[in-house]
Amino acid sequence: MTQLPAPTGDLALWSALRRHTQARIGLGRAGSALPTRHRLELQAAHAAARDAVHSPFEPDAVAAELTGMPTVRVRSAAPDRLTYLQRPDLGRRLDATDRAHLPVGEWDAVFVIADGLSSRAVHEHAAAVVRETVARLASWSIAPVVLAEQARVALGDDVAHAMGAAMVVVLVGERPGMSAADSLGAYLTYGPRPGTTTDADRNCLSNIRPPLGLPYETAAAKLAGLMGRARELRRTGVALKDDSDAPTALT
Amino acid sequence: MSAYTSTLGGERHRFDSLARLLAAASPERSGDRLAGLAASSAQERVAARWALAEVPLATFLAEPVIPYETDDVTRLILDTHDTAAFAPVAGMTVGELREWLLSEAADATALAALAPGLTPEMVAAVSKLMGNADLVAVARKVRVVTAFRSTIGLPGRLATRLQPNHPTDDPAGVAAALLDGLLLGSGDAVIGINPATDSPKAVRQLLELLDGVIARYAIPTQSCVLCHVTTSVDLMERGAPVDLVFQSIAGTQAANASFGVTLSLLDEAHEAVRALGRGTVGSQAMYFETGQGSALSADAHHGVDQQTVEARAYAVARRYDPLLVNTVVGFIGPEYLYDGRQILRAALEDHFCGKLLGLPMGLDICYTNHADADDDDVATMLTMLGVAGASFVICTPGGDDIMLNYQSASYHDALYLRQVLGLRPAPEFEAWLASIGLLDERGGIREVTSHPLTAIGREVAA
Repeated sequence: MTQLPAPTGDLALWSALRRHTQARIGLGRAGSALPTRHRLELQAAHAAARDAVHSPFEPDAVAAELTGMPTVRVRSAAPDRLTYLQRPDLGRRLDATDRAHLPVGEWDAVFVIADGLSSRAVHEHAAAVVRETVARLASWSIAPVVLAEQARVALGDDVAHAMGAAMVVVLVGERPGMSAADSLGAYLTYGPRPGTTTDADRNCLSNIRPPLGLPYETAAAKLAGLMGRARELRRTGVALKDDSDAPTALT
Repeated sequence: MSAYTSTLGGERHRFDSLARLLAAASPERSGDRLAGLAASSAQERVAARWALAEVPLATFLAEPVIPYETDDVTRLILDTHDTAAFAPVAGMTVGELREWLLSEAADATALAALAPGLTPEMVAAVSKLMGNADLVAVARKVRVVTAFRSTIGLPGRLATRLQPNHPTDDPAGVAAALLDGLLLGSGDAVIGINPATDSPKAVRQLLELLDGVIARYAIPTQSCVLCHVTTSVDLMERGAPVDLVFQSIAGTQAANASFGVTLSLLDEAHEAVRALGRGTVGSQAMYFETGQGSALSADAHHGVDQQTVEARAYAVARRYDPLLVNTVVGFIGPEYLYDGRQILRAALEDHFCGKLLGLPMGLDICYTNHADADDDDVATMLTMLGVAGASFVICTPGGDDIMLNYQSASYHDALYLRQVLGLRPAPEFEAWLASIGLLDERGGIREVTSHPLTAIGREVAA
C-alpha cells in the first residue's frame, strides 16, 4: 500500500489533529470520492471486522493457554453462525445435551469464555484475563472454565445455574468496529437465573484490548474487585458500582 | 376481530387479525422471523398481499393493531385522525390507494393535503404492496419543508448531518472531526453528536463547543447533542445553548417507556425548546431518530411486525412538528435486518412511510459489521434515497463512526450524491459556503489545502 500516493492537503495540520481522534479525518479527495489508498484502508478494516465475526471459535487453542486449568466445552442452541446471527434467543440458551454434561459443584464462580461476535478477541485476550483474574482469587473455589461456541452473554446464566456456581463471569467477543475488531467484554452476574436475569443485573467491563484498550492487569484487578464486592452484597448490576473511572457500558 | 382470507394456487390462506395479515404481507425480514410473525412460506406471503389489497382503508380506523385502551400511541393515532383530509381516499382499499398514489392525480399538493388523513397502519399496509421503485416514485413527489437556521427539504436540495462523534467526548477530537466535515461541505441539516455519556456536564460542554463554532463562523445551521430528552430539559432550564431537542422514539407506549419517554415528557420538552426561539428562518426544533427493531428489542411489539411498528413511531414524531426525523436503518444488527437487501428495503419503506405521514425524513444509511453488508450497499441505498428525495443523510468521517462502532455514509458520499443528482445544500448553508470560498463555480465543494476554517483545528492542535 505504501506505493500509493499519500493524501494531499494540509498534512501538518491533519497529522497534528489525528493525535486527538481515531476518526478518519483529512483523507483528501479523488474528485468527490476517497483517494485509492483510503478506500483500500477502509476495506481492509471492514474485512478484518467481518473476518472477526465469521472466524470459527477454536476452543482447543484457548484451553491450551489456560495452563493447568480444567475446561469444559459447550455449544449454544444455535447450530451455526448464520442461525446465531439471526436468532439471539438461541445463542443465549445451552444445547440441551451439553447442559446435561456440565459438572455440578459448590463453586464461588465460573468463568465462561464465549465467542460472541468476535472469536478473534477471545483468542487474543480471554485466556490471559482469566489467568490474571483467577490469580487474584486465591481463596475462591473456581469451577472448570467453560468454553462456549455460538454464545451470547446470557448463556452464562444458563451455565452457572446448571453448574451451581454463585456467580458467572462471561468473557465475550464484542461487536467489532472498523477501528477495533478484537475487543473483549467481561460481564459479571451474581446469582443468575436463566430467563429472569436482565442486563441491568450485570456489571460490565468493555474494550479489553491491550495495548489500545484496557490492559489485562487492570481488567483483572477490576473484575476481582467487583467479584469480591458482589460476594459481600450478594448482587451485581446497578446496585454494584465500579468505583474506578474507567468507561463501562453494556453492549 | 375479523379474519382475512385469500386463495392462492388452490390453497386457502387465513389470517386471524389485521396485525397477522400485515406481518405475513411484509417482505422477508430476520426480525419478523425472530418475533415469530413472518409468513411461513413465500406463497403465504403473497396470499397475504392479495388479502391485504382488498382491505378497505376505513378498516384501519375500526380495528387498531394494538388496543386503544392499552397503548397511548394508538390513542394518539386515532384521536388526531383528520377525517376531512382522509375524505378523498376514504372509499378506497389498500390496493386502490397504491394505484392512486402512483397516479398523476397524487401530486405534491394532493399528498400534502392527504397526510393528516393517513394513519401509520395505512401507509405501512400500502408499502407492503409496493416494489422498491414504487416506494421511490411516490416518496419523490412528497415535499416536506422545515426550517430553523437552515431550510430543509426544498426540491433539488440534499442536506447532511455532520456527526463528529468521539468515544470519550474529547472536545479536541470532536473539533477535529467537525472541521473535516465543514471543509467537505457537510452540516446543513444539523451538527449532531452522539455523546458517549448522558451526563449533563459533558453534554453541556459539547453544546457550548458547537454553539461557539456556529456563532464564530456565522454558520447557518443548528447543533444537537443527542442526549435523553430529560437531560435536554434540565440543560435548557440552566440556560445551556440548546438548539434542537433530540429523542429516540418508537411505535408503542411500552417501547417508548423502554427509552424512558412518554408523550407528556415530549410535550414538555417541545414547549420548552420552542420558548427558547433560537431559530432564525424557522421555529421547528425537535429531532427524532427511529429504526426498525427497537420495539421487538424491548419486547414491546404486541405481535405487530417491525415495519408497521416503525411507521407508528412517525405518528409520535409528527405530533411535535419536527425539524428532522431519521431512521437509523441498519444500526441494530442482522437479527432485525439481515443483509444489504433487507436494509435497503427497510430504508425505502421508512422513508416512504415517514414522508407520506408528513415528516421531514432523512436517513442514517448504515450497517454493523456482523450484518452481511458493505460500502457498496451504502452507495446503492444512498443513490436510491437521493432519487427518492430524502431530506438529509447522516455523514461521518470516512463513513466509520469510532464511537458507535458502525459504518454510515461519509462526507465524500454526500458530495457524490449531490454531484450525480445535481442536488445542492440548504440555501442558507450554500450561501455561507460561497461566502467563505468553499463553493466552486459548478456548485460543488472546492478541494482546499488551506482555509481560514482550519483555525478550528489549529487551536485544538496547538
